[in-house]
Amino acid sequence: MATYDSLFETLGLKEWCDEGGGSAPLSMADLLARKNGGTQETSAWDTPFPSMDALNASCDKFPKSRDLTAGLEDGFLAIKDSLRFILDPITEPLSWMLDGAMWVAESTPWWIVIPVLLLITYWVSRSWSIVFSVGASILGLAFIDHYLPAIQTLSIVFVCALISVALGVPIGIAMSRSNRLQRVVLPILDMLQTLPTFVYLIPLIFLFSVTESKLYGIAIILYAIVPVIRLTDLGIRMVDKEVLEAAQAFGMTPRQKLYQVQIPLALPNIMAGVNQTIMMSLAMVVIASLVSAPGLGVLVLRGIRNLELGVGLVAGLGIVILAIILDRVTKSALARVNAGQKH
Amino acid sequence: MSNAMISIRNLYKVFGENPQQAMSFVRQGMGKEQLNVEHGHVLGLRDINVDMQEGEITVIMGLSGSGKSTLVRHINRLIDPTEGELLVQGENVLDYDENRLRDVRRRTMSMVFQHFALLPHRNVLLNAATAPIVRGEDAKDYEVEAAKWLDRVGLGGYEESYPHQLSGGMQQRVGIARALTSNAPIMLMDEAFSALDPLIRTDMQDLLLELQTELNKTIVFISHDLDEALKLADHLVILKDGEVVQQDEPQHILLNPEDDYIVDFISDINRARVLRVRSIMSPLTEVDGAAGEVDRESTLEQVIAQTGGESSGTYVVTHEGAPVGVLKMSDLMRALVPQKRSGH
Repeated sequence: MATYDSLFETLGLKEWCDEGGGSAPLSMADLLARKNGGTQETSAWDTPFPSMDALNASCDKFPKSRDLTAGLEDGFLAIKDSLRFILDPITEPLSWMLDGAMWVAESTPWWIVIPVLLLITYWVSRSWSIVFSVGASILGLAFIDHYLPAIQTLSIVFVCALISVALGVPIGIAMSRSNRLQRVVLPILDMLQTLPTFVYLIPLIFLFSVTESKLYGIAIILYAIVPVIRLTDLGIRMVDKEVLEAAQAFGMTPRQKLYQVQIPLALPNIMAGVNQTIMMSLAMVVIASLVSAPGLGVLVLRGIRNLELGVGLVAGLGIVILAIILDRVTKSALARVNAGQKH
Repeated sequence: MSNAMISIRNLYKVFGENPQQAMSFVRQGMGKEQLNVEHGHVLGLRDINVDMQEGEITVIMGLSGSGKSTLVRHINRLIDPTEGELLVQGENVLDYDENRLRDVRRRTMSMVFQHFALLPHRNVLLNAATAPIVRGEDAKDYEVEAAKWLDRVGLGGYEESYPHQLSGGMQQRVGIARALTSNAPIMLMDEAFSALDPLIRTDMQDLLLELQTELNKTIVFISHDLDEALKLADHLVILKDGEVVQQDEPQHILLNPEDDYIVDFISDINRARVLRVRSIMSPLTEVDGAAGEVDRESTLEQVIAQTGGESSGTYVVTHEGAPVGVLKMSDLMRALVPQKRSGH
């Protein structure tokens, strides 16, 4: 005799409930209750919330909440193959890019990779002090034998950030031009940003094999693409209305307006988004080591798994150093863009 | 009035969800306030009829919210009217499709903005060359043209600077150079000098008048400053709550205000500096013992200075040396005092 028996009786569903059923898996609480000798009358004070499980106690045909999660799982498994059929070829280039970048980074000798990195740093930042600090950081990491994982992490971040920007900027532009699209995309972005990062990994593990590098690539991109989309949309929407009016008054076509006015004026915001995207891919690359992403994250994971304090701390510090140099370099590029167009 | 460059005919603009429905109430004579309270629509412009002559400066003036900026944006259709006609060089611009409209904006009209609206990422030369760049002209041609106009507005040598490195007055000179480089016969100026300091504003007004004697553009100038309006206008249109209260030659408005609103409006004006001899002179008659000669275009202030404060006597008015009228000093004195309308 459970609390909500009377509810099903008054609704006239008693017969429907009694048809078959009763085979739902028993929970520990049910077993204990059975052992303690049947059911007891519950007082009004202890009335359970009419949840799925409480209703199931009165009516075997009513689904338990465990059926919900199981149903989700079954549903996903049912569409898995067709989803995979579509997603696999589309995302295959991502694997090639990640593997290719990794191969180049690993097989090129260190005395070429480090100067090239410093050259890129100078080209982006045009500041010798930043080039110097980046050089010192990388040489330091190399000296404590963390060169290889650091360069692996950098190559993953590089590929994922590049793809995030290549996809995110056009999405942001499209969003800025259509309020309807913005209303659809914004909640998705909110969800991507707040979903616990581990949760991304679960459906991806179902879809792709753990040995494929696109598995972690997709997880990183999904997480890191959000700020660049948001800030592109915001930047274009914030372009001075009077300047847009001027563009229109001088007869610019929509395309001219986009390339000659909106994108250049939104560039500081877009660059801020790129900076955020790079930082977030670095954050995600550590978590992605759970699904075989190589790099410093693997060492951090080893530190946690084997309680090797030193290994974990040094690798963690290595990530901090990478974060600082990536941030400095992109911030200095942002500062250069900003200096070009103060109001 | 047939050779007007721009003719605005029975132009209405209603802002809101359903302007067509609101328009039907307006046609039945509903007022601005009632329309706003009962139907949530804002009547921006009501039955505007203005002719803007070729080569003249038409100043549209009114306080904020009078619809003057809305009106000027109708001319290049940054805003589309709810009803009415807009003829530019005799053609109804409202019939134009996207492409023809763009062509009009590129070749026939240029615009100067209150807050300059320059492109911050382009240098002064490229900003001035906006119109030819938009038209897709060759860099070699437009660079010369833009540099010429920059020099003309007093910014020679600043071609490589960026807008944020210039002061407000200089930025607006770039704005004017940009409008001039487009070589369009019509120039729309939306409160072009309102954001500038008073002294710089006077300089810019002088610059505009100087350019105008040379270029004879059709200029539509929006202003909320009566002194500025009187200084620049060949034709003055006074707007109030989206309606034209009075439009005429500014001297005529000063001497014959049609409405209490205008009387109030012009009561603080230094009439001696604005009114000119031609507006108050009498027809040419034989004068015995004329005290001297005054020029037709002199302001009353100049005449008073010339006569040394003499308040009686009669002067012969000349234009390019030939007598064209007679000025009685007593008329001059009377003109200095604003007429009070009944009820004041």
